[in-house]
Amino acid sequence: MIERLARVPWGPLVMVAAFFVPALGSRFYTFVATDVVIMGLFAVSLNLLIGYTGLVSFGHAAYFGIGAYTTGILMKKLGVPFVLAFPAAGLGAGLAALVFGFFCVRLTKIYFAMLTLAFAQIVWAICFKWNDVTGGEQGMPEIPYPALDWMQRLPFFGDFRASDHFYLVTVVLVALCFWTLRRIVGSPFGRLLTTIRENPERAEFIGVSVRRYELIAFVIAGIFAGLAGGLFGIFNRGVFPDFAYWTKSSEVLIMTLLGGMGSFWGPAVGALVLLVLNQQITSYTEYWPFVLGTVLIVILFAFPGGIVGALAAGVTRLRMRHA
Amino acid sequence: MLEVRDVRKAFDGFQAVGGVTLGVARGQIAAIIGPNGAGKTTFFNLVTGHLRPDAGVVILNGRDITGLAPHDVCRLGMGRSFQRTNIFPRLTVFENVQAAFISHRGRGLSFFARVEGLYRDETYAVLESVGLQDKAGEVSGFLSHGNQKQLELGIALASEPELLLLDEPTAGMSATETRETIRLIERITRDRGLTLLFTEHDMEVVFSIAQRISVLHQGRLIAEGAPAEVRSDPEVRRVYLGERAR
Amino acid sequence: MVSSGALPDPSFLFAQALSGLTAAMFLFLIAAGLSLIFGVLRVLNFSHGSFYMLGAYLAYQVVQWAATTPGRFWWATIGAALGIAALGGVVERLLLRHLYAKEELYQLLFTYALVLILGDVAKKLWGTRQLSVSRPPGLTGAVELFGTRLPYYNLFILLLGPAIALAFWIVLHRTRTGRFIRAAALDREMLGALGVNVTGLYTGVFVIGSFLAGLGGALVTPVKTIVPGMDVEIIVEAFIVVVIGGLGSFWGTFLGSIVYGQVLSFGILIFPRFSIFSVFALMAVVLIVRPWGLLGRPLR
Repeated sequence: MIERLARVPWGPLVMVAAFFVPALGSRFYTFVATDVVIMGLFAVSLNLLIGYTGLVSFGHAAYFGIGAYTTGILMKKLGVPFVLAFPAAGLGAGLAALVFGFFCVRLTKIYFAMLTLAFAQIVWAICFKWNDVTGGEQGMPEIPYPALDWMQRLPFFGDFRASDHFYLVTVVLVALCFWTLRRIVGSPFGRLLTTIRENPERAEFIGVSVRRYELIAFVIAGIFAGLAGGLFGIFNRGVFPDFAYWTKSSEVLIMTLLGGMGSFWGPAVGALVLLVLNQQITSYTEYWPFVLGTVLIVILFAFPGGIVGALAAGVTRLRMRHA
Repeated sequence: MLEVRDVRKAFDGFQAVGGVTLGVARGQIAAIIGPNGAGKTTFFNLVTGHLRPDAGVVILNGRDITGLAPHDVCRLGMGRSFQRTNIFPRLTVFENVQAAFISHRGRGLSFFARVEGLYRDETYAVLESVGLQDKAGEVSGFLSHGNQKQLELGIALASEPELLLLDEPTAGMSATETRETIRLIERITRDRGLTLLFTEHDMEVVFSIAQRISVLHQGRLIAEGAPAEVRSDPEVRRVYLGERAR
Repeated sequence: MVSSGALPDPSFLFAQALSGLTAAMFLFLIAAGLSLIFGVLRVLNFSHGSFYMLGAYLAYQVVQWAATTPGRFWWATIGAALGIAALGGVVERLLLRHLYAKEELYQLLFTYALVLILGDVAKKLWGTRQLSVSRPPGLTGAVELFGTRLPYYNLFILLLGPAIALAFWIVLHRTRTGRFIRAAALDREMLGALGVNVTGLYTGVFVIGSFLAGLGGALVTPVKTIVPGMDVEIIVEAFIVVVIGGLGSFWGTFLGSIVYGQVLSFGILIFPRFSIFSVFALMAVVLIVRPWGLLGRPLR
């Protein structure tokens, strides 16, 4: 029974189930679901670095922010359609990741982390100050929705609101991203990334150019973070400098840890739990940081494998008992 | 096959390796011995590119590889095992060796292929030659020390090297394990026509299979030659006096 | 502002340099503790800034309670520093200690969690209004120096900084405990094998570092207003100082503070939009070009 449950492809199932959220009719559910799906992609992209390659980045929000601004600027100021502006987010973020990553991968551990943080803050500062291009401190409110009228002609989904239509587009795009990331992670490249995580010295001496592989991983992670950012800017109806601020980086890091960096879907689960928790807690109290800090401490001490890790351990224990 | 000329390395003023010249012919089994702290591991690190020599050259098959990065050196046909067991702990035994094949055969930058059954036959062949085929699915971090050393050897072999560098391959082993390991190493070297350079503490091991021995002491070569010559060298005897024989 | 072409007024430059030095001394107090904790425990303690902030709030509170008691500023300062030291000791013994066996990431995230928690604790206890403490009687007033006015309190800080640096150095290099601390920074396993109580040493180092943070926070109250967010601001600056000087190098931290203080002081003049961008650009440049800072140990 446990075996059969464990073999169910939960990830894809959840993505399919996600399609039916708008059918629930509530603006709120759709809102939360969009948030979760996008942040889930953001967190999974970070996990390519942390969970698979062993690179802890404190500045992943830089690429999220760059993606958001790229799409935002293209769509709002230049009238570029979404179908081009969205991939552009990935491209812009990927280029930035290439440049920043080149310098970052020459360092290890805490130095690496601090340089990623420094670059992210530089990106934030640029977004904050470059009024002409980024709107400065005020950001860029009122990013237009992509043209989704064609969706009104769809059979089941035709009658939904614009925000629901955008949500469905988001689900499809994010699902594609997840599929791609999943393939990458399960590829020979992905396997060699894990050797870097496990033992960089040994990885070098099976012929892996650790720096090059880390840079590639950094760029891939940056691309998908940028894509998430591009979606988020539209969802949020505005792009703001704090998308690149270090608190955003720490948020996504905590999501990854909360869900479990030892599995592919873990960070997405972490995104879901953290966002829902945030919704609930912030309606009662302004002391969300306190709650977040406590949650983090609980994870660190009691559930280092995160939620998915704890579940997997529980499943293993049940399996052994029934063996 | 391997020629090392006058390499030096100092750390903060401490001369770890001070001008060592050494050569290993193709197909030879050579050993480097010396008391603790003699600089054996540092010397290895200089040869494999983990450290850059302050002076001197390292030539592999006529090609100057001094200061090349380890992954490049590895690709040129050198395999290495490490003194402290150096495996990929959370990967299974199979995955450990498979990873070396993936890297060596140049499939590392393949992003969309599935990795599961890749190089299955080759990996099992290597596992069999080191005697770990039954443990293929086990997580390598949980293996016994001896098994991990075998895995180390397996990973080094999967890089299909011509020259194998083994750093204290029998460290921490019992007498029986040591004998088995040495037999295994000898058999593999013969079967695959490898050239072998290894460091060791255990004199019995060294004298039983090495064709050529170099003795290192405080970063310098104090003797070199066939086992019989080295054994009777007075300088060597002086250095090892007081050293417990295993 | 400096007008182009004309030579800047020397007394103006001197004033800027002095203000840079004062800022540097405050920073040094914080950064020294951070550097010490990193050097020995290998933990980059994000909550160090929170300890600084709490030191400030605590000092403020004691001053309020002591109402008209003479010397209350000094009592408050010592009290705050000791209180934060105690807090540090509790945190290390009860919580941080259990994470040493785990990956560095966990320890880092733990200190970050503390930042979140302590920040909200301060917000709950003292609200979000800006608070301040007046200078201690005896150090009000100023002295005229080369055409600029240097407040006595700032002079006090300018003298205290090097004094503490010197005291630190003496302890590290001339006492037995200091030798253990330096040894622990190099090879903790060996030290433990030699029979030294390394766990106690770790706690001690964390306590000393926290004491310095609390002291810094308390001493800064007459100069800067106490606001939420001062924890993050100071920890960022302390990081930069420690990186510039070299993680784990004592005089590096001192030098880094001075360099950073001057850069900040003069940078704002040259490039008004200086602070938020260039501060991190500076950190990035140092990490790219010379990650081990001015006086640290090269990495490879």
